[in-house]
Amino acid sequence: MTFAVDAPTTDWYLMLSAVLFSLGALGLLVRRNPLVMFMCVELMLNAVNITFVAIGRELKDVGGQLAVFFVLVVAAAEVVVGLAIIVTIIRRRPGANADDISVLKG
Amino acid sequence: MGALLLAESSVLAPAPSVAWWGLVPLIVLVAGAVILLTITSLAKNLPSWFAAAYTVGIGVATFCAVIPPWTRVHHHGAISTLSGMYGVDGFSLFITAVLACSVVLAALLGVGYLEREGIRGIEFYVLLLLSAAGGVVMAGANDLIILFLGLEALSLAVYVLAAMNLRRTQSQEAGIKYFVLGAFSSAFFLYGIALVYGATGSTNLAVIKTFLATRVVADETMLFIGFALLLVGLAFKVAAAPFHSWTPDVYQGSPSPVVAYMASGVKAAGFAGMIRVFVVGFGQYADTWQPAIYALAVLTLLVGSILAVRQTDVKRMLAYSSISHAGFLLVAVEAATPKGVSAAVFYLAAYTFMVAGSFGVVTVVGNGHRGRHDLSSYKSLAKERPALAFAFTIFLFAQAGVPFTTGFFAKFSVISASVDASSYWLAIVAMVSSVIGAFLYLRIVLTMYLDDHHDTGSVAVAAKRPVPFGAMVVIGVCVLVTLGFGIVPGIIENLARDAVPVLVSAATSAVG
Repeated sequence: MTFAVDAPTTDWYLMLSAVLFSLGALGLLVRRNPLVMFMCVELMLNAVNITFVAIGRELKDVGGQLAVFFVLVVAAAEVVVGLAIIVTIIRRRPGANADDISVLKG
Repeated sequence: MGALLLAESSVLAPAPSVAWWGLVPLIVLVAGAVILLTITSLAKNLPSWFAAAYTVGIGVATFCAVIPPWTRVHHHGAISTLSGMYGVDGFSLFITAVLACSVVLAALLGVGYLEREGIRGIEFYVLLLLSAAGGVVMAGANDLIILFLGLEALSLAVYVLAAMNLRRTQSQEAGIKYFVLGAFSSAFFLYGIALVYGATGSTNLAVIKTFLATRVVADETMLFIGFALLLVGLAFKVAAAPFHSWTPDVYQGSPSPVVAYMASGVKAAGFAGMIRVFVVGFGQYADTWQPAIYALAVLTLLVGSILAVRQTDVKRMLAYSSISHAGFLLVAVEAATPKGVSAAVFYLAAYTFMVAGSFGVVTVVGNGHRGRHDLSSYKSLAKERPALAFAFTIFLFAQAGVPFTTGFFAKFSVISASVDASSYWLAIVAMVSSVIGAFLYLRIVLTMYLDDHHDTGSVAVAAKRPVPFGAMVVIGVCVLVTLGFGIVPGIIENLARDAVPVLVSAATSAVG
């Protein structure tokens, strides 16, 4: 892995994607607002997209870029379902965060 | 991926042939869901039982649609269609049949529940069918991206089902917890796909398998991190420890019929995906991933059986028991042999009926207690409703693995597959944990049969309510299956054995 080159190599993009993915995962564990947690999931999915495109370009395979479209569709579907669930909760308890949502434990 | 490019390059490449006969069960499920949506939006005054009866019909039709491809695969061998994206083999067809059964059972349980909770609309049934379609895609996926799409179709529908009961805070809490952790695990799974793609240059399992068998992987670290992330994603879905923390909360909060589906259908699809990816696709690297699954299995078995002991809510208890069943299934996956796969498939089929029956009883008992499921609600159930208590006893004994039930043969075949694969210590841990687990089941049974005089008021309320027809059918069918195939297990055992060798050869001959 050499960083002393002019143009960014595939490894740079893979590192970027790994950092973004970790930020998303960390954010989901640390933040308590359901909406922000949800945004972190989106960050993770899009970090993976960078990996797909970078590897697809490296391998000269269009499959990597095609995978991104499937992921985008899935992410959009996830937004629809996730926001609906979050809205029903916020409607019942305005301003609720993840620590308030704790009727179930044992 | 190739299929999508054909739109512009159809002159160069021949269009992929589609083996429609193998896709009929999937088409029946999806078309069934769409037609149900259309009918109910056009005709307003349908009786309330219509959607349930329709869903049961679609489930039975799916089950029947599995039979012709099954015999064809049995005689002419497995195929893969849609440019090698989807495999039609004994394994995928068997799991399809299991999913069809769990849809039928959940729909029958749903009728009484929806009526009692005053939930109108047909969303429950539509989502159930669509989720099962996602599971069918997972069971047949020969490509990691297709597997991911199936996983998401399966999960997204179940997130909504978990949060379905808008009148209960618990249901919404279960929904959001399941959603956040589910989406989190899907992201891990997807990252795993990306890394495996990077290391092998393909997302197609058949291509990956040939690649791993014939070439030296340049970047093994990337491949192994990819394996680990795929395993984490799937372990979340099947509720394996240490990724099980959502299970008790979600099982407790979600509507009982949905939990019946989650425990049977979602688990079956999750393990189908795990077997397809690891045992079939990455079989070459079994030495690498087996220790990870070994550790997961040990941890899952111990967590499932030991933590269950201190629970007081019956739905939470059953959640922990479902975790320990996931442990047994992992033992079968760890064997990484055709015998292990066959044991896992048999286990999934047997478990579907045991758990659907259990949650059928839980739905009926919860009915008389305003949706609460404390262990105390089951006090002297045997006196008030002997048939119900007897059925629950059978399901619990079956889950504990008592002889003359399907549960016994399921556990027996898993342990013998594990011993054959020389994982002796794992087999011993499985047996010990099943003994510890028996304590949980006996505790519920004793509560039902030992008479406690100071809590008769709530039982009297429960006794007045009639058992809904759907739940009665579910409990009856599940008792028949659990005992019937427990005494004569040959039929399912033979089918499960047939589901295996086809699977293993499917990926090798799947290209094209």
